[in-house]
Amino acid sequence: MKHSTRRFATVGALAATAALVLSACSGPADTGSGGNENAGDSLTEVKLQLQWLPQGQFAGYFAALDQGYFEDEGLDVEIIPSGGDIVPQDALANGDVDYAIAWVPKVLGSIEAGANVTNIAQIFQRSGTLQVSWADSGIESVADFEGKKIGSWGFGNEWEIFAAMAAEGLDSSTVEIITQDFNMNAFLQGDIDAAQAMTYNEYAQLLETTDPETGELYTEDDFNVISYEDTVGAMLQDAIWADTEKLEGDEEYQETTVSFLKAVVKGWIYAAENPEEASQITLDAGSGWGPSHELWMVNETNKLIWPAANGIGIIDEAAFDKTVQGALSAVNEQGAALIKEEPPAGVWTNDYIQKALDELEDEGVDTKGEGFTPIKVTLEEGGN
Amino acid sequence: MTAENLAPAIRRRRGAPARELVRWGYGLLGILVIAAAWELYKFLGPADGVVIAGARVLPRTTDLAMPHTWDMVARLFDPVTRSATANPLWLEVALAALTTLGIAAVGWLVGIVIGFLLALVMQRWRLAEWGLLPWIILSQTVPLIAFAPIVRSWGSRIEIGAFEWQDWMSVAVIASYLAFFPIAVGALKGLQSPDVIHTELMRTYGVGWWKTLLKLRIPASVPYLLPALRLGAANAVVGAVVAEVSTGMQGGIGRILIQYAGQASGDPSKAWGPIFGSIVLGLAAAGSVAILGAILRNYRRVEINA
Repeated sequence: MKHSTRRFATVGALAATAALVLSACSGPADTGSGGNENAGDSLTEVKLQLQWLPQGQFAGYFAALDQGYFEDEGLDVEIIPSGGDIVPQDALANGDVDYAIAWVPKVLGSIEAGANVTNIAQIFQRSGTLQVSWADSGIESVADFEGKKIGSWGFGNEWEIFAAMAAEGLDSSTVEIITQDFNMNAFLQGDIDAAQAMTYNEYAQLLETTDPETGELYTEDDFNVISYEDTVGAMLQDAIWADTEKLEGDEEYQETTVSFLKAVVKGWIYAAENPEEASQITLDAGSGWGPSHELWMVNETNKLIWPAANGIGIIDEAAFDKTVQGALSAVNEQGAALIKEEPPAGVWTNDYIQKALDELEDEGVDTKGEGFTPIKVTLEEGGN
Repeated sequence: MTAENLAPAIRRRRGAPARELVRWGYGLLGILVIAAAWELYKFLGPADGVVIAGARVLPRTTDLAMPHTWDMVARLFDPVTRSATANPLWLEVALAALTTLGIAAVGWLVGIVIGFLLALVMQRWRLAEWGLLPWIILSQTVPLIAFAPIVRSWGSRIEIGAFEWQDWMSVAVIASYLAFFPIAVGALKGLQSPDVIHTELMRTYGVGWWKTLLKLRIPASVPYLLPALRLGAANAVVGAVVAEVSTGMQGGIGRILIQYAGQASGDPSKAWGPIFGSIVLGLAAAGSVAILGAILRNYRRVEINA
C-alpha cells in the first residue's frame, strides 16, 4: 500500500517534470517557426527592430504587416520588439537587423561612439514629450523648473529636458532630477513636482487614474502640461535607421530600402485612416495595454506624424539641426554631455524616402495627409 | 550517516496524513498572517509612510502604493482588459508563468549538465580545478545588462538548416548561465567529499577512477548536490524572468511584470498579479527539486542496502 502510493507519486512527479520540459521545448517554438515556412523564395527577408514592446506607438509597422503591404513590396518582414537592454541602433550596427526605430538624440550619441547608421525616414515630425505638473503647482514653463523635483526616465529619454533647461540658463544642479518608473505613481504621490510623460502614453495613464478625492478620473484641467515641441529643447523622435555602409555599397539593400519605406508609409496612412482597426492590430500583435489606452496611443501617435507638410518621413533639415544643437548643449545630472561634436555628413538622407513617396504619389497615394483629423478617444479607468 | 538520514524520512511517513494536513495548515496560516499584517499596517500606518532622516523606511499606505488584499485577489478574477477576448487576469498570469517555468526548466537542465561536467573535470584533474574555478566564479560577475544583448545578437546569427534560433533560447541560455554556477561548485564539493579512508579502500580494491566515481563519489555528492540544485533552480527562474525583461521576449512573466507595472497608476491591483505569479513560480521550482530529492533518496537507499 505504502509502496504503491510512493511509486505512484514518483511516476506522477516524473510525468509532470517531463511534461513541463516538453512543453517548454514545443510551446514557444510553434509560435516562432510559422513565419519561416511562409517565406516564399521570391520574398526578401527583412528584420525591423523596435525600441520597445509592441504598442500603438508602432501601429504603422504592424498595420503594414497585417495589411500585407510589406508582402506587396516583395518583403517578408519580421518585427522584433525590444526589451530593457536591447538598444535598436546597436542591434542595427551589429548587423542583427536590417532597420531600426529609434529617437534621433539617442542615436546621435551612438554615432559619436562609432555606430555607422543613417536616418532614412523621420516618421514622427513632432516631439511627443511633455512635462506634467499639478494645475496648482505654479510650474507652467521650463523656467519654473528651478529648485523643483523634476522627473526623468534616463536611458537617453532625458535629453529634451536638459536641452530646454539649458536654453533657459538652467542646468541639472539647479533642479533635483528624480528617476521615474514605468508608471506615474511617483508624481501622483508627490515625490516629483513635474513628471516626464509622452502624449501617447504616460499622460493617458494620468487621465485613466481615479482621483481619490473625487472618486472620478482625473481630467486635463487637473494638470499643467509643458510640451517640449514648443520649446527650444524639442528633438526629433521615432525615425527609421539603416546601415550606412550597406546603403552606400549594396544595390539590393538600396532597392529593399525604398520598397520597405513604401510599405511603412502605407501602414501609417492606414493607421491614420483606421485608428480603431490599427489599434486592434497592435493589440493582436501582443500589446498589453487596455483597448482605450491603445486607441488613445494610436490617435496621439498619428498627431505626431500627420499632417506631414513635406510628405511623411521627409527629414526637415532645420529640425534635424535643432536636435543636434540641443544635443550639443544638453548636460545631464551626471555632468555628461550627449555629444561633443557635430555628427558626420551622412547621418541622414532623404534620397530613399523621397523616392518611395514619389512612387506612391504616382500611384495616387496622399502622403501629406493635409486633411488629417484626429478622433476623440475616451479613456476608461486603468486604460481598460 | 545512514541511520541519521533515514530516521526523519521514516518518521515523517508514519505521521501522515494528519501531520501532512497540519503542515499545509501552517503554510496557509502564514499567508493569512502576512495578509493580516498588510491590512493592519495599511489601517494604522500614516498615509505618507514613515520617513526617517529623508529616507522612507516604511511604505505609504495609500491604495496606490498598497492596494487592499481583497482588491488584489478580486482583480485576479476580473478580465485583463475590457476587450471581448480578454482572459481573466489569473489565467493570463498562469499561462505566462508556465512559459517562464518551461524556459527556466530548460535553462536549469542545461545548467546541470554543464555544471556537473565542469565539476567532474575539476575533480579529475587538480590542475583543471586551479585553472577553471576562478573563471567560474568570475563568470558570475558579468552583469546581465551587458550579457543579454550579446546572447541575443549571437543567437540571431545561428541558423543551421531548418533550425533557427528562437527568442526563448536566448532566455534559456541566460537562465542556464546563472544556474550552472551553484551546481558546478556544489557538485565539486560533493565529489570531493568522500573521506580519504574510503577512496583508499577503493584503491585497495584495484578499482579505477570511473568505478570510484559511480560507486563512491556520485552517491556521496547527493547531500551537497540537492541544495546546489535548489539554488540552481531559483537562479534559473530569476535568470529567466530578468532575461525576458532584458531581451523583450513575449509570452513570459517577466514581460507582463513590466507591462502591468506601466499600468499601475490607473489599475494598482493589476500590477500585483504577475508578482504573485512569480512567487508561485519560485515555489514550483523549489518544489520540483524537492520531488527530485525524494527520487534521489530512493537511489541512496538502494546504494546503502547493497
